[in-house]
Amino acid sequence: MTTHDHNIDKVTGTPTTGHEWDGLQELNTPLPRWWLWTFYLTIIWSVGYWVVYPAWPLLSSATEGMLGWHTRTAVVEDLAALNVQRGPLVAKLEAASLDEIARDPQMLEFARAQGRAAFADNCAPCHGTGGSGAKGYPNLNDDDWLWGGKLADISQTIQFGVRSAHDKSRAGAMPAFGRDKILKSEEISEVADHVRALAGLSTERGFNPEVGRKVFADNCAVCHGEQGKGNRELGAPDLTDRIWLYGSDKQTIMDGIRNGRGAVMPHWAGRLNPSTIKALTVYVHTLGGGEK
Amino acid sequence: MGAAHTIGVKGAAAVEAPELVRLVEQAKLDPGPPDDEPLYAARRHVYAQSVQGTFRRIKWTLLLFTLGVYYLLPFVRWDRGPNAPSQAVLIDFPNRRFYFFFIEIWPQEIYYLTGLLIVAAMTLFLMNAVAGRIWCGYLCPQTVWTDLFFAIERFFEGDRREHMLADRKKLTLKTAASKIGKHITWLGVAWWTGGAWVLYFADAPTLVRELATGEAPFIAYAWIAILTLTTYVFAGWMREQVCLYMCPWPRIQAALTDEYALNVTYRYDRGEPRCSVKKSELLRSQGAKAGDCVDCQQCVHVCPTGVDIRGGANLGCIQCGLCIDACDAIMRKLGRATGLIGYETEMNIQRRLKGEPAIYRLVRARTVIYAAIIFITGGIMAYALGTRDYTGVSVIHDRNPVYVRLADGAIRNAYTIRLLNKEQEPRAFMLSVAGIGQYDLEIIGEPGREILVGPDQTRAVRALVTTREKLAPGARLNLQFVIIDSHSGERTETHDHFVGP
Ligand code: SF4
Ligand code: SF4
Repeated sequence: MTTHDHNIDKVTGTPTTGHEWDGLQELNTPLPRWWLWTFYLTIIWSVGYWVVYPAWPLLSSATEGMLGWHTRTAVVEDLAALNVQRGPLVAKLEAASLDEIARDPQMLEFARAQGRAAFADNCAPCHGTGGSGAKGYPNLNDDDWLWGGKLADISQTIQFGVRSAHDKSRAGAMPAFGRDKILKSEEISEVADHVRALAGLSTERGFNPEVGRKVFADNCAVCHGEQGKGNRELGAPDLTDRIWLYGSDKQTIMDGIRNGRGAVMPHWAGRLNPSTIKALTVYVHTLGGGEK
Repeated sequence: MGAAHTIGVKGAAAVEAPELVRLVEQAKLDPGPPDDEPLYAARRHVYAQSVQGTFRRIKWTLLLFTLGVYYLLPFVRWDRGPNAPSQAVLIDFPNRRFYFFFIEIWPQEIYYLTGLLIVAAMTLFLMNAVAGRIWCGYLCPQTVWTDLFFAIERFFEGDRREHMLADRKKLTLKTAASKIGKHITWLGVAWWTGGAWVLYFADAPTLVRELATGEAPFIAYAWIAILTLTTYVFAGWMREQVCLYMCPWPRIQAALTDEYALNVTYRYDRGEPRCSVKKSELLRSQGAKAGDCVDCQQCVHVCPTGVDIRGGANLGCIQCGLCIDACDAIMRKLGRATGLIGYETEMNIQRRLKGEPAIYRLVRARTVIYAAIIFITGGIMAYALGTRDYTGVSVIHDRNPVYVRLADGAIRNAYTIRLLNKEQEPRAFMLSVAGIGQYDLEIIGEPGREILVGPDQTRAVRALVTTREKLAPGARLNLQFVIIDSHSGERTETHDHFVGP
């Protein structure tokens, strides 16, 4: 046993904790007093926080704090600052025509960025992120447009919607030929095969082209056109191309003829500000299918 | 257990020898319950005495050099052409660039910083393996500024003895004036330290003018205030306390050292037993052993952290070498050999005591490994910088949808292509793709295939690749994206996939 019982380290003169591990002792060096003061200072500092910032919960609210600072107001301020920063570009966007935006690389880039954000917030729930679409919700990346793919067309669709509550909404619906007893079951089957034939798809055995063509000419051609090329005024799809909003199998086509189709797109005018609608228009137009 | 083996903690080692004996004796008589020991200790003020010598000269030189670099570097100009800042060293946060003479770093090249940090850490380790706390003793900002503040203090309040006497007596008008003078000078230096700091983040001459006219951004004043405060407090008031209680490096370096690492060491084989000149002559004439240490306390008095190095390796010792200078001066006066305190290892002292020759080993596993890591990392960085690309292209494939079928059955994939122009002139690039037979390439917003990118900028464009070729089901073609500088013909490429249904 050494002199440990005295709890003083011989070399440094510092008291030890009295514990020993493999011949090593831990010095019990007292903490410097300034450290203690620093600790007290941090406590005082924290009191400052209580006073300056919202801190104490009350029955239905919390203490306000001297600065009146609030997470929500902070967000609002940040957004305001952002808007100030974007201000000149937004103003430019507001003043420019859609074509001017599409031609100017800087405005185009800004509009696309704005549009992408607005699309994700407002449009993606139906059209999918990236506008990839789903059954009944058009894919906005392709070049098949129900109501037209020029900037002006897209802008109109976004502003007023399709079969929406807006006065200027795009209107026109596929009637329910079966449910409303306009066509008989056999006729529906024949015309469905005819529609598939128009698109170059296979038809069922026993399909009578004559009957199909006649039913089509009498009932469908008004909207879809003699050749089935569709009519953008009415939102009647082109039946000859490779893009099918609901599906190209015979059952789905018969469903549509029997019960009609009439999907709705809400109008955004009045809900989104004009520059956002412009940005959305440009964004959708540049996804790939935009027409000149 | 040999006394010198114990690693003491804190400046307590500076308790002077007779005092120590008294303490130990007292403890033996009255051990007292450990709970009674004080939890907090008042700080002992360190009045470091001025000293002359080799290490002091090295320290002055390094101080002038490092502070000179720090204060003046922002004003050094470097011509980078009309589109780039002309400041040699500039951290440009708003534009997200770092300039260092001929080097310009973009945020995505932050890995250079990783390399730099590796080199820095290994250099510290290497210093430590060679000669202990070289960093602490000579280069650390804490040491350098404290040294400067000590010098200012001595200028106003006199050297150790004078200063101590003045502090013990009542405050007179004269001492008060010198204290005020000292603090004003300290604050001035601290303020200029903060001022120099912000100059690294903006064009220095412009910012100096703005600061003077009160037009500089608030953040600049805030940083100056913060750094003024920290410099003044750390170098003027906290000093060795920073090293003892706040800095992690002493703890780390204590774990990194080995028996061959040189450290500032008191050669007790030569110094002990301590005795006065007269007594040593007497002892020696009797054929008894007398140490060379005359217990003059000079080594303790010059120490900026208040350590008595004769107590052995000590956490408080930043190894500045000033006690070597102090001791050498005394030894020279006494006509004895210098080097009673010097860069030495504990192992060699033990060997000398046993009559064995000292061993110094600079080349050993750890120094070689540290040096190798420094060399390799530095080499890789130098190579990367030397061959740094001034053009870059990267491609992101649209995730949703992955491919699009067009009305006529054609398949289209869309990509976001980002072009980097790291040169200081605007450049135009021709974009083309390869790896697919027949295709159409359309760049949104660009009628042709030429893309203009501004100086030192990036630009992202949306590109559509459409093919009418028949693709195998689930096709996934490797697609090359090539950009060719329309002016120089420099070619850069990357690749992605073209996905079919
Ligand atoms: S202990 Fe820390 S603060 Fe002190 S000199 Fe060394 S590195 Fe610098
Ligand atoms: S003991 Fe010597 S080397 Fe260590 S800090 Fe003090 S003067 Fe410097």
